[in-house]
Amino acid sequence: MTTQTVLAAAGEVSGGEQVTFWILAPLALIGAIGMIAARNAVHSALWLVLTMLCLGVFYVLQAGPFIGMVQIIVYTGAIMMLFLFVLMLVGRDASDSLIETLRGQRAAAVVLGLGFAGLVGGGLWRALKGSTAVGLEQANAEGNVQGIARLLFTKYVFAFELTSALLITAAVGAMVLAHIERRREDKADQVATMKARFRPGTYPGPKPGPGVFATSSSVATPARLPDGRLTERSTPDILPVRELSAQETSLKGTDK
Amino acid sequence: MNAVYLAQDPTLADFGRDPWWLVLGKIVFAFALGLVATLLGVWFERRVVGYMQVRPGPNQVGPFGLLQTLADGLKMAFKEDILPRAADKVVYFFAPVISVVCAVTALSVIPFGPMVSIFGHRTPLQVTDVPVAVLVLLACSSLAVYGIVLGGWASGSTYPLLGGLRSSAQMISYEVAMGLSIVAVFMTAGTMSTSGIVAAQGDATRLSVFGTEIPAPGWYAILLLPSFVIFFIATVGETNRAPFDLPEAESELVAGFMTEYSSLKFALFMLSEYVAMVTMSAVTVTLFLGGWRAPWPITLWEGANSGWWPMLWFFGKVIMLVFVFVWLRGTLPRLRYDQFMRFGWKVLLPINLVWILVLAGLRSIEDWDRSSKLIAVGIPAGILLLATLFWPARRPQPKPTLQEQVNNRPPGSFPLPPMDLQVPPSPRIRRVVAEREPANIAAGPDSREV
Repeated sequence: MTTQTVLAAAGEVSGGEQVTFWILAPLALIGAIGMIAARNAVHSALWLVLTMLCLGVFYVLQAGPFIGMVQIIVYTGAIMMLFLFVLMLVGRDASDSLIETLRGQRAAAVVLGLGFAGLVGGGLWRALKGSTAVGLEQANAEGNVQGIARLLFTKYVFAFELTSALLITAAVGAMVLAHIERRREDKADQVATMKARFRPGTYPGPKPGPGVFATSSSVATPARLPDGRLTERSTPDILPVRELSAQETSLKGTDK
Repeated sequence: MNAVYLAQDPTLADFGRDPWWLVLGKIVFAFALGLVATLLGVWFERRVVGYMQVRPGPNQVGPFGLLQTLADGLKMAFKEDILPRAADKVVYFFAPVISVVCAVTALSVIPFGPMVSIFGHRTPLQVTDVPVAVLVLLACSSLAVYGIVLGGWASGSTYPLLGGLRSSAQMISYEVAMGLSIVAVFMTAGTMSTSGIVAAQGDATRLSVFGTEIPAPGWYAILLLPSFVIFFIATVGETNRAPFDLPEAESELVAGFMTEYSSLKFALFMLSEYVAMVTMSAVTVTLFLGGWRAPWPITLWEGANSGWWPMLWFFGKVIMLVFVFVWLRGTLPRLRYDQFMRFGWKVLLPINLVWILVLAGLRSIEDWDRSSKLIAVGIPAGILLLATLFWPARRPQPKPTLQEQVNNRPPGSFPLPPMDLQVPPSPRIRRVVAEREPANIAAGPDSREV
């Protein structure tokens, strides 16, 4: 690390750094392109993970080991993990559909993206315009981590606290919006559920099992009532009621 | 003597000066250590659990059954490699690889010993060290989640997916508790490099008791006891070991994320689990149990912390912790998922935060004079005492009697039998107690044979 710092401070690039860069830079680009091109949302997230890992190594190469490791722990380890968590809850076959639900979504995205890039670039340019670089040697005089800590808790403490307050507000807001609390009075007591069960028009007994008195053991086969009618209540709602085709009822030819 | 003592401690400047063959040798050593630790670890676990359950455990293959794991591993390699039809092939293949790579990489920043001389080169017994080595460990453990989650997702089946989801929630939750307990170590040691933390645990102040000098314990397990306890609990959660092995709870999820895996890929998952167990024990030893430093009675011998001896102390401590892992597995039943999450977020996390606050307060008043120190500690302690004394006690509601419960039922409820109902004995009971003929127990011809 120390040799790297010295080299980076002097503006030189060591051979190892060059090799690492030329291996990881294409990988980072492939990851970025793959993230946009991948159809499957989970694949997209994985490509992004690849890019983030490469970026983390780049930070370490640029003599910023702390920020590199934090990039890997926080972004790759925690945030992308949460993304994956949500994507998996949605389901693994949820590929992107190409139908735009919002009209003009892409054009708006391009315009807003360019605007955001302009804002960030402009802000950076204005911030860096008057400042002169003192070099890594002086910035890391007390050590990389200590230098970051000093800036974070003195000069930028207000911005830092403001950001954390914003994040906490967002998290609490999301929880409040997503959380449904049932009041105690809303919960039906035993008397009410029993009355609803025995109300005229509802059948209080258990449902007949599928395939009762039927010719097939399939769960899709409706049960027969004592008078010979089929009852649709015996099959799950997602299964359509159907009679077996001739091919299905014929012998399978396995008993030769 | 003091100068010699200090010279054993590697500093960050000692790293990155090795010739290439030494670097390669160290890497191969760390990798081989992981493999051997798995072979012996599985055997050790089965033997210890067997001993705890009063049965022999594997004892047939090799001396004491030592080669049992090797035989199992070979058998596993020759099994059919099944790829489920619904699997996502590339991700399915890479998931176990990610697990193993992360588990083994973490071993590279563990200090196994002090400066030693290998073929004339003075070098620290550690693959490498960086100023943020502990963060490297955290990064490895946070990336290891990907192996499990992706394995579960790519299998294309329900149980693995549920196991993967559980493990991602579990490992992220316990990583927070783990990271917070390391904060206390950072604050006390003032560094994030593993060799620096081991060095910081060494320079203990010496107490003189009855004329003999006894070094006060410098181990963070004693100085930062709450952090140590929480860290170790979080470690068990992080490595998916019992009682926190919810991602592979066989009574609920078959085998969790590795249900669909077979052959070598399954072996890789097993490998990563055991390597992670050893790695996490090694991390705990490094951060809290003094690393490679010898415990007190041995330190009376002056050469205890130099040369190759520390490696012995280090592995002794690691084996002790692995034994604790196995002991926990043999003792505790598996937690329910909601209990587990509540424990992580509502117990470990707040205790950790309060402890860090207290520690920061204590450290900031370290340089004050005695009277200000007393005031600074006394006022919060007094407020805490008053608060606990005069906190409005929550009296539990008296439990309603049976008669009250009956009276409180809403109108229109179903009729109940009278409370003093005497149930007459069933007439059928008499039939069960039929009279039996007295058994013929006279000595027959059988009794003579004995």
